[in-house]
Amino acid sequence: MALLELERIGAQYPGAAEPVLQDISLTLGPEQLLVALGPSGSGKTSLLNLIAGFTAPSQGRISLDGVPVTGPSAERGVVFQDDALLPWQNVLDNVAFGLQLAGVPRAQREAKARELLSLVDLAGFEQRRIWELSGGQKQRVGLARALAAEPRVLLMDEPFGALDAFTREQMQELLLQVWRRTAKPVLLITHDIEEAVFLATDLVLLAPNPGRIAERLHLDFGKRYAAGESARAIKSDPDFIATREHVLAQVFAERQRRQA
Amino acid sequence: MSSYEFVYAKSEAEQQAARAPRQLSLLALGLISIGSLLWIWWAVTAAGLIEPLFLPSPQTVLARGWKLITEGYLDASLWQHLGASLGRIGLALLFAVLTAIPLGIAIGRSRLVRGLVDPLIEFYRPIPPLAYLPLIVIWCGIGELSKVLLIYLAIFAPIVIATATGVRSVDPAKLRAAQALGANQGQLIRHVVLPSALPDILTGVRIGLGVGWSTLVAAELIAAQRGLGFMVQSAAQFLVTDVVILGILLIAVIAFALELGLRALQRKLVPWHGQAH
Repeated sequence: MALLELERIGAQYPGAAEPVLQDISLTLGPEQLLVALGPSGSGKTSLLNLIAGFTAPSQGRISLDGVPVTGPSAERGVVFQDDALLPWQNVLDNVAFGLQLAGVPRAQREAKARELLSLVDLAGFEQRRIWELSGGQKQRVGLARALAAEPRVLLMDEPFGALDAFTREQMQELLLQVWRRTAKPVLLITHDIEEAVFLATDLVLLAPNPGRIAERLHLDFGKRYAAGESARAIKSDPDFIATREHVLAQVFAERQRRQA
Repeated sequence: MSSYEFVYAKSEAEQQAARAPRQLSLLALGLISIGSLLWIWWAVTAAGLIEPLFLPSPQTVLARGWKLITEGYLDASLWQHLGASLGRIGLALLFAVLTAIPLGIAIGRSRLVRGLVDPLIEFYRPIPPLAYLPLIVIWCGIGELSKVLLIYLAIFAPIVIATATGVRSVDPAKLRAAQALGANQGQLIRHVVLPSALPDILTGVRIGLGVGWSTLVAAELIAAQRGLGFMVQSAAQFLVTDVVILGILLIAVIAFALELGLRALQRKLVPWHGQAH
């Protein structure tokens, strides 16, 4: 199974005095759901862009199974905050798009796309137009599209940030089910503390200016949900509340340190 | 567009109903103004206020139209004149689309090409085609080539500029999404850039066709034997006013039909245009 490694990564925009990210080291392997949590300006999206290969780090090394990352590729699937689906294709073609690019014959790629659409509870939506979908449905298509290309790791850039609270909770639960069934390593970027604590097996707290890792936590709430416990029971568990408050306190402490 | 109407027909049925009379009245207003114009035309000619040499009556023009269809004018039937003009603009449009879209994509994608080509296009674009017509005649003679080339040059610039604009405004997130699914440069252009830019490209074609059609008459001044522009020109020389008017009306009607056709094509090819997605 895949192992993603980041060794002492630094990133800097050309001409900027301060780096965006400084000295980030991470590993992401099978069965892991790594959540990077941070306020805006902590370089969350920059981190994801580096791993996806959209931009190159100024320092350090990113590798997947020992092979250095040099650019975007189908082995690192990405789910974007604003779905980034192609409106000239219907739902089925969008999901099959990665396989189409890889030259997979139509019948085969459509079968795979149907399978993934039912994995994200969108069976029956194959022929729909993208603009006929709700925000949550679009994000599910985006997730199915990323998974259809059979990436070795899945990168998610604030995928539920634009959804309403109710849909967001449904999507979090859906993500955990998909994660458990596909067993893919997932890196998820978010600024939502409860989401981060609920989903993460490994939580990385990023601090801004420059973006760096402030704290790492190992959590098991997502695993408990995947094992069958209900989301409400987990979220009202004193352990969960304590962890959430701890993370919240860390974020505020960091903010006060900066203001002082 | 039909799906758009379908989606809104349910949620905004009442608003649709409220809007309907206004749309109808717009159409009715248009019919009223055209009808009044025709009526005034008929009235002033029937009353003998204007010499038929300057303004023949509508019925004379209609009769002449029938004669043109059955007998033709200046050794060519109306269909041959029409075919000559449409053939020229069609040929010019075909070449313009085949060359301008690839060049527009190159300009939109590559800083190098943009830097090199943009000044040239911006330099020649504002020149009225009639101004460089003499030079084209000197270089390419008075054959079909000069006529098609003139129309081609008029259509080319709007399509290049519109394509380049469309390509440059492609959503970067969609490009990244395709790259993260394994798209190479060619696949990016084929599957993301071209469909994204298609609404702009079609707008460029619409503008280009408009300019090209107005250049047609000028192009047919160069030693043409057939064509609507030629027909109007030579009729004017012999003071056959009804043919002049008929030719002008025909040119207007075809331009209108082309515009409507392209709009329909745009709705069919880019149904997502204007949708929130």
